[in-house]
Amino acid sequence: MATPQIRTGAAPRNPSKQGFVYLPLIAGWLIPGAGHFLLRKWGRGALLAASIIGMFALGIGMNGKLYANAHEILDLLGLVGDLGNGLLYFVSRALSLGADQVQVTTGDYGTRFIVVAGLLNVIAAVDAHNLRTGRKSA
Amino acid sequence: MLRPDHLTAVVLFAICVSIVFGITQRDTPPKMVRFGAYCFVLFVGAAFVLSWAMFLIAR
Repeated sequence: MATPQIRTGAAPRNPSKQGFVYLPLIAGWLIPGAGHFLLRKWGRGALLAASIIGMFALGIGMNGKLYANAHEILDLLGLVGDLGNGLLYFVSRALSLGADQVQVTTGDYGTRFIVVAGLLNVIAAVDAHNLRTGRKSA
Repeated sequence: MLRPDHLTAVVLFAICVSIVFGITQRDTPPKMVRFGAYCFVLFVGAAFVLSWAMFLIAR
């Protein structure tokens, strides 16, 4: 005879869904892929980290420019894009990586790679936030 | 210092962006792969089409 299961009414606890709701968003911004790692999406997090960090590293390797100030409107847009890289940007600035002035064509490519890496990182961080809140299904 | 040619830069750019687009814009892994591949083809294909268009306009 089968024993009846006792239902307590409590929802099953998912460790990745506990804690501060904005933590995946902030962690994902600071470190590419970290938001997905916090939600135990290991594969997605690794692919996002590899893509975004790889793109940033390629940009730096091509001697791309890291925007440091915003005297003109286009510089402001570049700075906002660069800030999307989170800690990658601040560490690279601290280590004086990247070029101050773009002098070769590949430097221009590199500058775009760095800006787009930052924008992609913001998209990935928002995706982690959507997964955390349940707006996007797992 | 890295000095990729234009096509190599386009392909590297397309790979990285397509992976992120695929993962963030779709819900299930098969759809992610399909959308990522779709984005990659569009990025590289658009570069080829625009390059030929500019070449023909410049002649």
